[in-house]
Amino acid sequence: MSLLELRGISKFFGGLAALNSVSFGVNKGEIFGLIGPNGAGKTTLFNVVNGFYKPSKGEVLFNGRKISNLKPHQICGLGIARTFQVVKPLQRMTVLDNVIASAFLRAKSKDQAEEIAVETLQFSGLYDDRNIKSKSLPLGKRKRLEIARALATQPELLLFDESCAGLNPSELNESIEIIKKVRERGVTILIIEHHMKVIMSISDRVVVLNYGEKIAEGTPMEIANNPLVIEAYLGDAQSA
Amino acid sequence: MKRFLPLIILALLAILPLIGLSTYMMHIVILVIMWSVIGMAWNLLGGYCGQVSFGHAAYFGAGAYTAGILYFKLGLSPWWGLPLTIIVVTVVSLFIGFLCLRLRGPFFALATLAMGEVFRVTSENLVDFTGGDLGILIQERTWVEKIWYYYIILFIAAGTFFLIKKVIESKLGYYFVAIREDQDAAESLGINTTLYKTIALCLSGILTGFAGAFYTNYMGYIDPKVVFALHDISIVTIMVVMVGGVATYWGPVIGAIIMVFLAEIIRSIPWLGVAHHTFFGILLIVIIIFLSNGIAGDFPKIKRLFRIRGTS
Repeated sequence: MSLLELRGISKFFGGLAALNSVSFGVNKGEIFGLIGPNGAGKTTLFNVVNGFYKPSKGEVLFNGRKISNLKPHQICGLGIARTFQVVKPLQRMTVLDNVIASAFLRAKSKDQAEEIAVETLQFSGLYDDRNIKSKSLPLGKRKRLEIARALATQPELLLFDESCAGLNPSELNESIEIIKKVRERGVTILIIEHHMKVIMSISDRVVVLNYGEKIAEGTPMEIANNPLVIEAYLGDAQSA
Repeated sequence: MKRFLPLIILALLAILPLIGLSTYMMHIVILVIMWSVIGMAWNLLGGYCGQVSFGHAAYFGAGAYTAGILYFKLGLSPWWGLPLTIIVVTVVSLFIGFLCLRLRGPFFALATLAMGEVFRVTSENLVDFTGGDLGILIQERTWVEKIWYYYIILFIAAGTFFLIKKVIESKLGYYFVAIREDQDAAESLGINTTLYKTIALCLSGILTGFAGAFYTNYMGYIDPKVVFALHDISIVTIMVVMVGGVATYWGPVIGAIIMVFLAEIIRSIPWLGVAHHTFFGILLIVIIIFLSNGIAGDFPKIKRLFRIRGTS
């Protein structure tokens, strides 16, 4: 049984179908890539899974339980955490406090929350920056703070929304390492990414969205050779 | 040293009346402490949780009228208003919260501003229940001496200070600040933002209500235009915190000292006295431009400014 299952998800904004009956399942323990050209509906899909949007049609199941009628904080409580494409650090809090705030979800006391936070910061390589106000962090570290904060809620499934976009090559490699390490902790990952190098090297399976519809699903190799995908990204051969 | 600062200040305040202040000075000091309580209460909701309320007069007035109506209708001592305020203001807070907390930012501020006015107009018109514009006069004063009122409000203020400190250092405090910084992020970190905003609102309302119930007992007279006033209560509350320092422990206290003394001084100037609200407005503009974190929040900046003046 899939850990996360989407059944015929549609999301309409007025007359625009941002998502049109998208269905797929994410298995426990895998890294599942979600790609597609700009405006394909990837972030909308995250917002549906995460509970910010209610799907217009269809349902989302997590561990066999319907979650598409729950609020974001309830969904997080069940074990789905996310990062944001446009990073949302709690700006006037220190890095450590940011992570403590999210660690309180599972911690019973402040000491325990701090323990989880410190451990998560060491894991994501932000421990040395723990006393810095998060608004003064550079982008690369902010993206990692997003990951650390999501991890501190001790999720079963983590949604990464372009956690590698806008990073320089060395930051990129660090982020890839962290994502791989997250998987080793037994966390299932659903990741949106534009960087083909990242998506092809780490994901087990990939789904491609275009104009809100699923156009392909398979291993990275299958996807790379799929004519529909090539057309979505490069345009079709005749009209070019 | 810094850890014991609140206790040292509390001890100093406890022996303050012994130096023999005049009745007028005692009155001013009592007002300062009362405004500190209201400021600290507002700061919990507006400063830490980021929900800027322009209608704190609603809670102040609700507290004041709880005490007043107990005396006016039931003939009980208005001091019973202090404990009863907890229940009355919780109901009021839940009602206002239910209506206003679904709004964000400026919309919340506007809705609370309207709520404050709704409470004033309502209490003016429920003549049988509140006495309307005639107000409520407490005929038997408990004490003539101000010193007992001083210790009671000091006790409330100390309780408020330590309660807020405790709350802010706990899980609640982290959640409040997380909501202030980014409500969507907070929600996706598993924080039930509606629940925690309601908790902040209730706590803030109850503490403000205490100040209101104390006011009835102390002043001996209330009417809707005084205790539900928009500019004299709601706006001054915000000014106390803005001037002193938003989201700091001592900000509201510093703000209350400045605002109460400033009001007294400006009012005593002939000709200019009637325009004291104008001066408050100018002060607020200056504070927002030059010390946007208030005096407590920008204290290092002020210190640096004076040091440069001193050496050159």
